[in-house]
Amino acid sequence: MSNLTSHGPNGEVVRLESVSKVYYMGTQSVKAMVDVSISFEEGCFTAIMGPSGSGKSTMLNLLGCLDRPTSGKYFLSGQDVSNMEDNELSAMRLRRLGFIFQSFNLIPQLTVAENIEMPLYYMGWAADESKSRAEQLAAMVGLSERLDHRPAELSGGQQQRVAVARALANDPSVILADEPTGNLDSATGAQIMDLMADLNSQGKTIIMVTHESHIAVYAKRRIHMLDGRIERIEEAA
Amino acid sequence: MLSTRLYRNIRLGIKTLLLHKLRSLLTVLGVVFGVGSVIAMLSVGEGASREALEQIRMLGSNNIIVSSMKPAEDESASTTRTMMSIYGLTYRDEQRIRETIPHVSTTVPVKLVRKNTFLGERQMELRVVGTSPEWFELVSRRVIAGRVLAPRDIEGLSNVCVLTESGARKLLATHSTIGERIRIGLDYFTVIGIVRSETAGGGIQTPDLDIDAYVPISVARTRFGDMVIRMTAGAREAEMVELHQILVEVDSTENVEPVAEALETMLARFHRRRDYRISVPLALLRQAEATRRTFNIVLGSIAGISLLVGGIGIMNIMLASVTERTREIGVRRAIGARRSQIISQFLIETVVLSTVGGVIGISVGAFIPWSISRFAGMPTIVTMWSLVLSLGISMTIGIIFGIYPAMRAAKLDPIVALRHE
Repeated sequence: MSNLTSHGPNGEVVRLESVSKVYYMGTQSVKAMVDVSISFEEGCFTAIMGPSGSGKSTMLNLLGCLDRPTSGKYFLSGQDVSNMEDNELSAMRLRRLGFIFQSFNLIPQLTVAENIEMPLYYMGWAADESKSRAEQLAAMVGLSERLDHRPAELSGGQQQRVAVARALANDPSVILADEPTGNLDSATGAQIMDLMADLNSQGKTIIMVTHESHIAVYAKRRIHMLDGRIERIEEAA
Repeated sequence: MLSTRLYRNIRLGIKTLLLHKLRSLLTVLGVVFGVGSVIAMLSVGEGASREALEQIRMLGSNNIIVSSMKPAEDESASTTRTMMSIYGLTYRDEQRIRETIPHVSTTVPVKLVRKNTFLGERQMELRVVGTSPEWFELVSRRVIAGRVLAPRDIEGLSNVCVLTESGARKLLATHSTIGERIRIGLDYFTVIGIVRSETAGGGIQTPDLDIDAYVPISVARTRFGDMVIRMTAGAREAEMVELHQILVEVDSTENVEPVAEALETMLARFHRRRDYRISVPLALLRQAEATRRTFNIVLGSIAGISLLVGGIGIMNIMLASVTERTREIGVRRAIGARRSQIISQFLIETVVLSTVGGVIGISVGAFIPWSISRFAGMPTIVTMWSLVLSLGISMTIGIIFGIYPAMRAAKLDPIVALRHE
């Protein structure tokens, strides 16, 4: 899929232009993000860090096209996402994004292969094509033997590998990871991070939210957030 | 492309439902009973009405039956001892009807006498029906053996009789049938034929009982006379009736009602008292059809309530399922499923549930009427349309009761859904 044809001049995939997000709870308003401007280049591996309430989850939701900014603009692969309809947002998620969650979020009644195929199913792929793609991805994350297993029959690390394979199925412009090691022990977590670093070295753009610094060190760039603003940005050497 | 997608969706739905086998089974059961009871009720209704219609049709829809009726005043006067009541239709009536009323194609006189019948030492009481050959055309009876009455029997005053099947069995058992001579009252009759007996119950009067002997009207008139004397508890009761019934055949269906009116007018002029009754099978037929329709609607609606309960069961379980699978919905939405795709996923599950319930319900619904007929002896008819109807209704119920839970699933905010524990 030639999904990287329409992004910006500097090879950027994601750009936020003075994005703010305000939540209203009854009469009170909570400013979750305040005037954030940042861009992410193709092939980057970025960690978004910060204490709870810093706005990092809000940022991930916006980046993931799950939410719309209150003000400001968000460009994903050169397309302005800020004012898209629900169905258009769905289409953006389907074609441009891959998600990896803290709690894996595999569908329990589906096999490993079917979980990996799910994005392809919504994209309308033929069954045999998506099957061979799933096999290929499973091999990539080292789970070729487990294609017909249910998620419940796998270990946490294996489940997260399936989730990674699922996130890769649609060949996304950006992979968004939300605390990908949060539910794993440190050894397994390290394996998952190695896998992600490996993907990044193959050219995948990864944006990851985490509050653990030993996980964040895998990223080349670390964005620290506080009170809805970007506090500072660390670039790895 | 679309159909393979649908096929995959249905497979996924079945797979998901099989994850909770007991729950799905119980939900399906609700629909099974709903559909089953609709079909069973409709078949009972259909059977009952079909039976009534059949009886009426046996009387012939082009026929009008005029019967003698003991007038009310005679009924009360019967306490008076040895009082003779003279009433009813006369031979003249029959002749007048035949000759003067237009559109009348045939009239058949019927004279009913109860007589003891003897064959050797065997004795039984049977109903002697004095009638004309046309009787067998108007009230169609299958001839099992021999022949029915012929015009020459009437003219020749032949002592011949035709028996009904069950009568023949009882009376003639072990004897040869046709040509046997039996004694009816004081006279000997030759059995010339046997006709099939049609058991007609259900309150509709037919000139046909199980055990009948049909004899020529002329013979009945001359041998048995018009007077009947009945001894009841010391009192004697005498009746004088010439004809008990006159069957009138009308040339076409649309003339049945005008002829019935003409009969009414004519008989009213010649009878001082109201000692006759006119019944029009066609009118009864129409009435019975109307009743049948109402009956079926009422029965169907009652059963429909249980189908509704089944539908509510589906909705209940789907709402629970949506809550339980909030995460899954969130994941699917995050991956890029549109709202409409979530709706169709859940709708397919409910439709699968209700359709499976419908199909099983149809077999149950076909079995119940069968067992009702088998063990309770009630006639039932499972019609094709009731099967199609209830399957259609159950699928519709799946959609109606599935749409709300499915919409709820689709409306979930993916962020909230993903956070759901």
